[in-house]
Amino acid sequence: MSDIYENEMKLEFLSKSNNEAFARITVAAFAAQLDPSIEELADIKTAVSEAVTNAIIHGYEDREGIIKIECKMYAGSIQIEISDTGKGIENIEVAREPLYTSKPNLERSGMGFTIMESFMDDVKIESIVGLGTKVTMKKVIHKDALMNQSEILN
Amino acid sequence: MNVYYQKEDKLLVMEITEEIDHHVAEKIRRRADYEIQRYMPKKTLFDFNNVTFMDSSGIGMVVGRYKLMSMLGGSLELANVKPSLEKVFEMSGVSKIIPIKKSDILKTDITSPQG
Repeated sequence: MSDIYENEMKLEFLSKSNNEAFARITVAAFAAQLDPSIEELADIKTAVSEAVTNAIIHGYEDREGIIKIECKMYAGSIQIEISDTGKGIENIEVAREPLYTSKPNLERSGMGFTIMESFMDDVKIESIVGLGTKVTMKKVIHKDALMNQSEILN
Repeated sequence: MNVYYQKEDKLLVMEITEEIDHHVAEKIRRRADYEIQRYMPKKTLFDFNNVTFMDSSGIGMVVGRYKLMSMLGGSLELANVKPSLEKVFEMSGVSKIIPIKKSDILKTDITSPQG
């Protein structure tokens, strides 16, 4: 079944910090097809910015590498997969903890994963040391409208 | 970023004019540290009126300047933070230690603009 909302895009770019804005703005422009609220769009941009920044400073540690973004759109939701082939995360549980950072000297706040988790509806982290990291995030669009609808129906 | 210094009150105002991500935060950090060491202000104020986006890199940058100002015996304040950024500030706990003011500083109060 094909749906007018079903759509996909792929993006590949170098792990340079000046691509952070490019990445989040491109994903936001794609997500805009679902007509999200300003807040939902800001949540997506922030989460993408966090994941891309992690790939640049932790995955590749400022060396040059490729960051891939794959977006899949469904009716009422979007899935964003951000991956690198950098050094990987040794302990995902520790990395997820609020305020934990492996690079305090860079003034990192340690809030990256916490922000992704609270701004998106689902965040999955897969990582293999030496091979890379993949973050898969889902965001439901028009969540408020959907909730109001179900209240009316009930 | 626009920088203003008010001599009488030893007040340094830095008006941030870009989206704050990791790339931009590094630039702001270098410039802010330079200006703070140049003027040695009693109070530093970041004006967020033109900031439409900020990720957690902004938190690290703000906390770093807060530490620097504390070390120099001064204080740091933020002004005109947009509602869309408040979520990031609240989540990090920054709003508990750094005062976020509405709009009490007007550019017209500031003399001697410095680039």
